[in-house]
Amino acid sequence: MKQDKQKSENKIEINELIEKLSPLEIKIIPYLKEPVEKIAKKTGLDSVSVLRALRFLENKNIIKLKTISKTIVELGVNGVYYKKNSLPERKVLAILEQNNHLPLEEAKKLSKLSENEFKVSLGVLKNKALITLFGGKISLNATREELSKKSLEEQLLDLLPIEKNKLSPELNYALDNLRKRKNIVEIKDKSIIELELTPTGREIAGKEIKSDFLEEVTPEIIRDWTRGKKFRRYDILAPVPQINGGKKHFVNQAINYGKKIWLELGFKEMTGPKIVSSFWNFDALFTAQDHPVREIHDTFFIKDVEGNLPANKELIKRVKEAHESGVGKSRGWHYSWNENAAKKVLIRTHTTALSAITLSKLKKEDLPAKYFAIGKCFRNETVDWKHGFEFNQTEGIVIDPNANLMHLIGYLKEFARKMGFDKIKIQPSYFPYTEPSLEGLVWNEERKEWVEVLAAGIFRPEVTIPLLGTAIPVLAWGPGFDRLMMAAYQIADMRELYSNNIKKLRNEPIWKK
Amino acid sequence: MATIKISKEELKKHIKLDDSIIEKINMFGTPIESINDERIELEIMPNRPDLLSPQGFIRAFKAFMGKETGLKKYRVHSPEKDFKVKISDSVSEVRPYTACAIVKKLKLDDEKIRNLIELQEKLHTTVGRNRKKAAIGIYPLEKITLPISYEARKPGEIRFIPLEAEKEMTGSQILQQHPTGKEFAKLLENYSTFPIFVDAKGKVLSMPPIINSNEIGKVIETTKEVFIECSGSTLEVLKKILNIIVTTLAEMGGEIYAMDLEYEKNKITTPDLKPEKLTLSLDNTNKLLGLRLKEKDVEKLLPRMGYEYSKGKVLVPVWRTDILHEVDIIEDIAIAYGYENLVPEMPEVATTGEESKESKISSKLSELLVGLGLIETSSYHLIKADEAERAKLEENEKIELENSKTEYKMLRPNLLIPALRTFAENKDNEYPQRIFEIGTTFRKNKMNSAETGIKESEHLIIATSPSNFTDMKQILDYLTRMIDIKYELKEAKHEHLIEGRTGTILIYNKPIGYIGEVHPEFLREWNIKMPLSIIEISLDEIFNKFKA
Repeated sequence: MKQDKQKSENKIEINELIEKLSPLEIKIIPYLKEPVEKIAKKTGLDSVSVLRALRFLENKNIIKLKTISKTIVELGVNGVYYKKNSLPERKVLAILEQNNHLPLEEAKKLSKLSENEFKVSLGVLKNKALITLFGGKISLNATREELSKKSLEEQLLDLLPIEKNKLSPELNYALDNLRKRKNIVEIKDKSIIELELTPTGREIAGKEIKSDFLEEVTPEIIRDWTRGKKFRRYDILAPVPQINGGKKHFVNQAINYGKKIWLELGFKEMTGPKIVSSFWNFDALFTAQDHPVREIHDTFFIKDVEGNLPANKELIKRVKEAHESGVGKSRGWHYSWNENAAKKVLIRTHTTALSAITLSKLKKEDLPAKYFAIGKCFRNETVDWKHGFEFNQTEGIVIDPNANLMHLIGYLKEFARKMGFDKIKIQPSYFPYTEPSLEGLVWNEERKEWVEVLAAGIFRPEVTIPLLGTAIPVLAWGPGFDRLMMAAYQIADMRELYSNNIKKLRNEPIWKK
Repeated sequence: MATIKISKEELKKHIKLDDSIIEKINMFGTPIESINDERIELEIMPNRPDLLSPQGFIRAFKAFMGKETGLKKYRVHSPEKDFKVKISDSVSEVRPYTACAIVKKLKLDDEKIRNLIELQEKLHTTVGRNRKKAAIGIYPLEKITLPISYEARKPGEIRFIPLEAEKEMTGSQILQQHPTGKEFAKLLENYSTFPIFVDAKGKVLSMPPIINSNEIGKVIETTKEVFIECSGSTLEVLKKILNIIVTTLAEMGGEIYAMDLEYEKNKITTPDLKPEKLTLSLDNTNKLLGLRLKEKDVEKLLPRMGYEYSKGKVLVPVWRTDILHEVDIIEDIAIAYGYENLVPEMPEVATTGEESKESKISSKLSELLVGLGLIETSSYHLIKADEAERAKLEENEKIELENSKTEYKMLRPNLLIPALRTFAENKDNEYPQRIFEIGTTFRKNKMNSAETGIKESEHLIIATSPSNFTDMKQILDYLTRMIDIKYELKEAKHEHLIEGRTGTILIYNKPIGYIGEVHPEFLREWNIKMPLSIIEISLDEIFNKFKA
């Protein structure tokens, strides 16, 4: 009873299996007992289709595939020719069989061999002691019996292609000899696929399977549909070829997300140049002219272009004053401010240069106002896994006569929350153009540590008085964007952000926030 | 970035150390870089050079934690006989100022000498701007015969044995041969005379800012009394640096003596440890911080940052180099109050968010191209010198950077070069490869940009491989149809494209770019093996046609 039940269960399984077979599989099942390389010939399918069908069958547990790498000896280009027309040494022997002693020149002529072939032949025959060379003549040493036998080399050529380790020691010796000659044999490492039938496989292998299952749905099938017809079952677990779609660069996906946060918080986007004069990048931001950041080994200055100060003379005067003797009760840096140093043209080192330009254009009636910028900034830096000469920066400014430090922290907290960080810690910090200055650290749950992500501060009066005319508080902050991206995309090497590896661009999952 | 290392043992002598105290170190504005069982490494921000020694840090941090608060006062003894430095006018060209002092009764040990040398070096690299703005020399007084002169001489006439050398060298030899001399040579090499400190017997103490004498210029454990000089270009800065050093030495147990500096035009006495007085408005403080502090709160908070406060007047410690304005004091009030105690507040300021027109249009264009199955790339704004050469750039397209540390030496004039680089680097990846990029390009143009002489323009490049002219024209048709702009094509020649398969793209009769098949010869030069067709256009005109 029990056995019967098992048998009938097996039968159902096999029937279901047959329903799932694709036309390709059905085509090769009759030949599954043959070696793999013969299946293609017998079915008339190309080898790629056979391989695909075999993989499908393996997924259905009908066969098991094994890949074996083998060293195969094959005929080379000359080998193919010699196998058909006999080896050159055989030709020489054939001539000598007619005439036991021959002058070299004559033998060569009669053999119709090339200079090289003839030379090689003599060498081979001499080594085997079948001939002797003396006084410009060749003499045959071999007996008729010896001549009638196939040489080892000839035996080998007859066997090719063959697996190298199936050769006898003598034939291996012959192989070594032939390898010394040009293009007679080739040795290749090949991976060969072998199949083994599973118990299920054994039941159906070799059978002609008739299937009248429907394949793809066609307009005709829809039109002529009658009950009782059956569709072939698909192996829905079988893998399918990968497709790729159009996509935004993963860095820009993250940047767009940052932009969204600023917009939701009511900030207007600032636009402006990436190439600016030192005036906007440094002087207007109260960075003393001897500050190390202004040296060529930190900042990219442009060669051979002449910069100019902005047209607003009053602004230049106030900036000069802020540096030299101070504005609005400030003591200033106490040095003589040099116009030419402020004219030097550079690629912006921070988006704060854009904030300075924006502030200088602001009118009283625009207040309160909120602006943000997002974009590339540059520094003269070597490139390695954690440094690069380009980086993405974003920052926002709030120009509000009533703004204060508590507000700044409030904005920071909200900004961090929108970025997905609920835990934020505020610490004192320093920047030349803000006072107070602070740093926002967020909690990285994976690494269990605080990570510096946000830099922030309130612009110094030495910055705001020249730019705005009066000391209105300007709150400013921005996240280190590249660091955030590297964490989110689990990128360890910063260079990957800019490498444009198309495979990576295709496969990198989307920014998930 | 400057850091200091402090042994926990030393710190424990002054403050009980536990986890909450360690967190306070971060909240003091000196973030902890690393910490182990023996020592703590702290980052010192550039505005606080007075914290660059363990003594300086402990002085400040103790007050912050409520121990020995208020303005710390140090006694300065009047100059004794011959405590004098004569400054010759000859230095005015090369290194015009010095500020000097003497400290006695020192009990130095290995650790203290190390602290002192490290402080000196860190001051050199930070506020001293690598010795350019200020350089410091510290000498054992017992080897010096007072008074001292500061003067400038011709390099060939300066002779002494410098530190780490065995024989006498001239000023020029030091710059050419001595390792330290070579390192700092650029600070003196353009001057015809070099400055030196010389004692009353004519022995050279040092040649600032390069090197001290081997005989006189070395402080050792048995040194009890030292002469200190700071030389440089700005007297104000030198005085501050001197203050940092002498008060650090006083923290080590030394006694400070003033010196008379006899400049040819005037006489001054240094160090001057009289604190500076600044006014502080309680109203401004509360406005900037968003707090409601009362005067008595400020009276408690400021002494914890080393200040003395009374009725709107603040006495600032003489070693603080960073107090330029009231806001600097207000920040210190906030630090004393504790950033962790500030309650975040989200103000109700009604403003509307607005993306720039350029961003909006760019992102619409990329949406369309993504819809066509193209992948966006993002390339460096810089290109390599050899790329510029292969692309045969015009003069106004070559914008070089000064001293770039990488092989990327120029600004990109177009997006074609980065795109070619991308295809060359991806030749082993699966085809078809279809990419686009929107980004800034740069050209020299005096007319359009008076401040920098460089015109920036947003470009769009579309490049697909393998592909032909028709493929590209289909994309161009689609794109312009979707943004509702009509374009025209004119046959054109382009250096890198196949003639007869190249067109100039015009909108409103203005050329905005080109379309075409890239010439195989050019592709081979770029090591690209598959056919490539491109569109590159400037978006400026398109931006103009859109309303904001």
